[in-house]
Amino acid sequence: MSDELKFHFDVHGDNFTSAGEASVEVKKKLRQLGFPPDVIRRVSIAMYEGEINMVIHARGGEADVLVYPDRIVIVLEDHGPGIANIDLAMQEGYSTAPDSVRSLGFGAGMGLPNMKRYTEEMNIESTVGVGTKITMVVKVQ
Amino acid sequence: MTVAEMAKELSLKPLVAADETREVTGGYAGDLLSWVMGRAQSGDAWVTIMSNANIVAVATLADPSAVILSEGVLPEENVLKLAETKGVNIYMSEEDTFSVCGKLAKLL
Repeated sequence: MSDELKFHFDVHGDNFTSAGEASVEVKKKLRQLGFPPDVIRRVSIAMYEGEINMVIHARGGEADVLVYPDRIVIVLEDHGPGIANIDLAMQEGYSTAPDSVRSLGFGAGMGLPNMKRYTEEMNIESTVGVGTKITMVVKVQ
Repeated sequence: MTVAEMAKELSLKPLVAADETREVTGGYAGDLLSWVMGRAQSGDAWVTIMSNANIVAVATLADPSAVILSEGVLPEENVLKLAETKGVNIYMSEEDTFSVCGKLAKLL
């Protein structure tokens, strides 16, 4: 049996104000568990970007965080429209977010690139019309 | 330099002074939240004109020493309440972002 700690969050799709609550909660828990500040920062930022993506594009979704002594695994899953072209979506500055979202300061096309930047591993499984599952791993150095 | 000292030097109005003893170690200016999260360093004073509730989440995660709203921008009361509960420093300047950053850069 593995000895991971698991946290589960429902990310609500209609609310930009509450978006980020799961990330802030994870940050708090990791701090209580004594992880280094750099690890906590990377996990919580990567997760926040994922949360915001699910709110913008997929009417919400689910987030699971698995905490191991040597790594933290973040799994984000939604039943949104899927990503048609992952290579394009990974480019900094490319965004399909609507203008209403941009006026809030989102939609800069930096979400997925930031998630990759802050994690050691990132895997995207996406099917158009079905949904997207993103798995990220942050290693504890 | 502490947040309180910076606020005095830049004539900032405190909106939420959660921890004025915090050290300001740098600065960052930007309104696109993902850029801020990706580039701002912990301890930076973050200068922005964005004032919606998401700035509190971004500040909680990216950990700037203070958020400085330029151009006299005032957030809604619920944003300030949220910042209080999260311990996020928020200040306001009547000057524009360029002027605030220019003065801050001289102080650092």
